[in-house]
Amino acid sequence: MCSRFAEPAARAGIVVLVVLALAACSRERRTFHDSPPAASVAAESAKAVRSDSGVSRDGPYGNNAWALSQGKQLFSAFNCVGCHSHGGGGMGPPLMDSAWIYGFEPANIYATIANGRPNGMPAFKSRITPQQTWELVAYVRSMSGQGSKAARTNRSDEMEVRPAEAQTKTEKPVLVTPPPTVTPPAQEGHP
Amino acid sequence: MRPLTRAVTIAAAALACAGCSLHNAQNALDASGPQSARIAGLWWLMLPIAAVVWVIVIAVMLWGAGRKRSVREVMETRGGTEVVANDEARSRRMTRIVAAGAIVTAVILFLMLIADFRVGQALTMAPSTKVVPIKVVGHQFWWEVQYPDSVPNKTVITANEIHIPIGTPVVMELSSPDVIHSFWVPSLTGKKDLLPGYTRSLWFRADTAGVYRGQCAEFCGLEHAKMGVLVIAQKQQDFDAWRAAQLDSATTPSDSLAQHGKAVFLGTTCVMCHAISGTSAGATTGPNLTHLASRSTIAAGTLQNTDANLYAWISDPQRIKPGVLMPATKLDPRDMQALVAYLRHLK
Repeated sequence: MCSRFAEPAARAGIVVLVVLALAACSRERRTFHDSPPAASVAAESAKAVRSDSGVSRDGPYGNNAWALSQGKQLFSAFNCVGCHSHGGGGMGPPLMDSAWIYGFEPANIYATIANGRPNGMPAFKSRITPQQTWELVAYVRSMSGQGSKAARTNRSDEMEVRPAEAQTKTEKPVLVTPPPTVTPPAQEGHP
Repeated sequence: MRPLTRAVTIAAAALACAGCSLHNAQNALDASGPQSARIAGLWWLMLPIAAVVWVIVIAVMLWGAGRKRSVREVMETRGGTEVVANDEARSRRMTRIVAAGAIVTAVILFLMLIADFRVGQALTMAPSTKVVPIKVVGHQFWWEVQYPDSVPNKTVITANEIHIPIGTPVVMELSSPDVIHSFWVPSLTGKKDLLPGYTRSLWFRADTAGVYRGQCAEFCGLEHAKMGVLVIAQKQQDFDAWRAAQLDSATTPSDSLAQHGKAVFLGTTCVMCHAISGTSAGATTGPNLTHLASRSTIAAGTLQNTDANLYAWISDPQRIKPGVLMPATKLDPRDMQALVAYLRHLK
């Protein structure tokens, strides 16, 4: 075995293979000041999929580890956890399962965050930048195992009630019917 | 180098070192209150004792290593059979020397132990007089400071700069929502860790007015080194005036640039994490900015609070404090200038 590798031709072959393997390595791009395009308004409809948005299948940051970790941090800092918990849901729907009410494509989720949805999801368009919105989109998708496994975050700062995103099973997203919109009753007796 | 030149150089270097006294420097031996004075006293007790013991031990060791051994000793170590007549007397002498050494060591250690216990007891003993309670919450990587009051809307919330009155003990209630931090202002008090899930307390008193710098003293993440805190000790009436001013809500600026800045603040990502009382901004993830312009530093003691530094900080915090949890905010220069004008208006 050793003697075979010692042959000049075999040795040269190994060197070439290693060089080729190294050439394939590329470091992901981390941009602190990015201006990704906002997803177009057409994505408001749950059926509208990627064709209109001009973004790749996983959104601009679906395969970017730094952006995913930023999204995870913002998800807590911006108090998304207040309603969605750490993915399991609460007042808002769970995000780690396969069911999606208003569309599961990145552009749909962008629209959900930017413009809000009935029954309580607020609109954050005038509060957070397109870059932060896309980071949140990437993180929200990673909760159900979408996007690159290598880029998904590997640990959680909060108490771990579920495995971190990198260990999450990739769910097959399905659309479910939206619940009926509840109109709060007019409050009486208030000025 | 000639001996004289060498001596002069050493003397000059020693003088230069003695001349060092940094403004705002953290110095546990420059005590400004009873707590740090006790700790400094313990140091000044232990340092000379340890120095004398060290000199004696090293001197004896060098003497033992350097002396010539007698023929008899050489014979003994080589297992010689020759027994010397006065060997018994010599052995008794050696026993006495070793026993005396052990007793002196034990007595010195015991005295230092008593001194240490007494200081430790004095440090933890809660003051019985009237105190100022302050809640300090350690975050990655800044300090949240609250002055609780029995009337809820008189609670003052600020960050990174703790004002205290001189001559009155302050009792700090320390907690942490994320990782272990440690509160340490060397000129005023020893360290106390902030543990997630626990509330711990620490008391100290400042006797001279001044600004004392402190630092997180337990590694808490990437920007642990830039998690500074300033304690501003001032006369009781100055402290009362400061506290009363901190209760005011932020005023609406009169100039149009700062007014636009307010709209920028409330219409962009700032409002997601920061609070300014008197506006719709009420988030508690980041420091409360209601009276930002009254603080002398930003980013937990990292930068002086100036227009240029605020501009640089907001546009790219990662460049100044890599790993900080504040994201970069992309705004056009006009909006940014307006935002800085508004923040500088928050006196």
